Amino acid sequence: MTCYETIATYAFRSIGYGERLLPRSDFTLCQQFTLIGSGMIWNIYFGVLALLIGFCIATLVAMGKANPSPYARKPAEWFIFVFRGSPLFIQFFFAYFLFLSLKGVYPIFSPLTSATFGALVVLVLNTSAYTAEIFYGALQSIPKGDTEAADAYGMTGWPRFKRVIWPTMLRLAWPAYTNEAIFLFHATTLVFFAGFPAFQQRGDALYYASYFADKTFNPFIPYPILAGYFILMTLCVIGIFGLINARLNRHLPSANRKRLRIRPQIIR
Amino acid sequence: MNMYWAFGTVLTLLAITAPIALAFGFGGATAARSNLAPLRWIGKAYMAIVRGIPDIVFFLFFVIALDQAIEYVRHKIKCPDWDQPIRQGSDFVVCQAAKLPLGNDPQWMHEVYGFSLAVLTFAIVFGAFAANVLFGAMRAVPHAQIETAEAYGMTHRQSFWRIVVPQMWVYALPGLSNLWMVLIKATPLLFLLGVEDIVYWAREMGGSKTPNFTDYPHADWRMWYFGALLVFYLCFTKVSEVVLDRIMVKLTRGQATAAGEAQRKAAV
Repeated sequence: MTCYETIATYAFRSIGYGERLLPRSDFTLCQQFTLIGSGMIWNIYFGVLALLIGFCIATLVAMGKANPSPYARKPAEWFIFVFRGSPLFIQFFFAYFLFLSLKGVYPIFSPLTSATFGALVVLVLNTSAYTAEIFYGALQSIPKGDTEAADAYGMTGWPRFKRVIWPTMLRLAWPAYTNEAIFLFHATTLVFFAGFPAFQQRGDALYYASYFADKTFNPFIPYPILAGYFILMTLCVIGIFGLINARLNRHLPSANRKRLRIRPQIIR
Repeated sequence: MNMYWAFGTVLTLLAITAPIALAFGFGGATAARSNLAPLRWIGKAYMAIVRGIPDIVFFLFFVIALDQAIEYVRHKIKCPDWDQPIRQGSDFVVCQAAKLPLGNDPQWMHEVYGFSLAVLTFAIVFGAFAANVLFGAMRAVPHAQIETAEAYGMTHRQSFWRIVVPQMWVYALPGLSNLWMVLIKATPLLFLLGVEDIVYWAREMGGSKTPNFTDYPHADWRMWYFGALLVFYLCFTKVSEVVLDRIMVKLTRGQATAAGEAQRKAAV
């Protein structure tokens, strides 16, 4: 099989198109590149959707935590504590078995026992908690002069939030939020190792990489390939977030703009 | 009963890994500060590579890679007259004497070996993060102090050990405590390294039991077991937070930082 045929056969294997059977012997480098790359579709799916949905929830939670009323503050604080204080790995397990039990009682929960939706829910809630903490920190450090200026113009309620508080919060939070996005993409690799089954061997990049490592008993090829894909993806995330950062700070003279400093860290 | 021992396994892992990772970090940070260019490159490359890639990849990679590296070295030493290649297709073949642990060793040797591989893997990964934190902390020690030390005639080495090292901890502690939290939350990944930890037992014991095999039959309780683990980790995080705050208060005493200044004013 030539490399071109391999790509045609396996490029969309992870979402169920193409050859059902995975290669079982005589693994070529091309097969490993193609299948691991095909698995990246899942990582991108989880990462992008969780980021988009999580962003909206996180804004709400952060506003809740900054609210003086305890009825808004306490639930937000607990939400953040629970999801930041426990390992994501355990959250996946717990959620999977929770959905499994719920499915037994109410069949409506059955889509949530699949990785496609169930793991997405966990990732969304988890990233919302981390992001909310970042946004909350940014809300606390909004310069006093900004809000005072808004008050002086007679702005209240929604316009005050939309035109003054929210943009400033995003500007302050953006470098930390970029890091959070990178962690989130790294965290997507946990999905298929934590309870959620890979239906018909449709897994993410790490799932295929460990498949190859198990079959060939040689970790020195699939894992570096996976690492290469992840470095590429991290660079893309940094690029896109850098563009948004430039847009957020477009009113500043270019010399004063803070460049994004990326300090990728750890999983949760 | 084994489930309770597994909590011990997790705590032991934390207790052993934290100092080793700190030592790795200290080594990495001093290497990255070194005047010798190759040593500096090694230190910086160590920090950069480990931090850019999802660490679950490292956990899966290092366990096989370290195992094979150790067996390869032992193979070269113990069986010099072995003429077959080590990699035969998909197999990794070494002579009997080079196997580790030896095939006829008791079971506990296998467990201890697996556990030490896990400790080493954790130490390598978290050492890189600790190296980064300590590297920053060493640079945060006010430079005037080092110059003063040298003006008093201390050598480079003396000023490093007597001025920089005692003072860097207060700058390193926020980063290190963050790292400790992440280390706690990374312990469930032990499960992936094949150690029988709490995740393993929660899955085993929680699964539905029929009266044929056990005296205590029950339905699928895995949800409750994982819920209990979630609570365990939350409590652990909370306790660590309180303890680390106390240490921080102690370390800040008399330091030239904003918090130290606030303490001094409060005491007056």
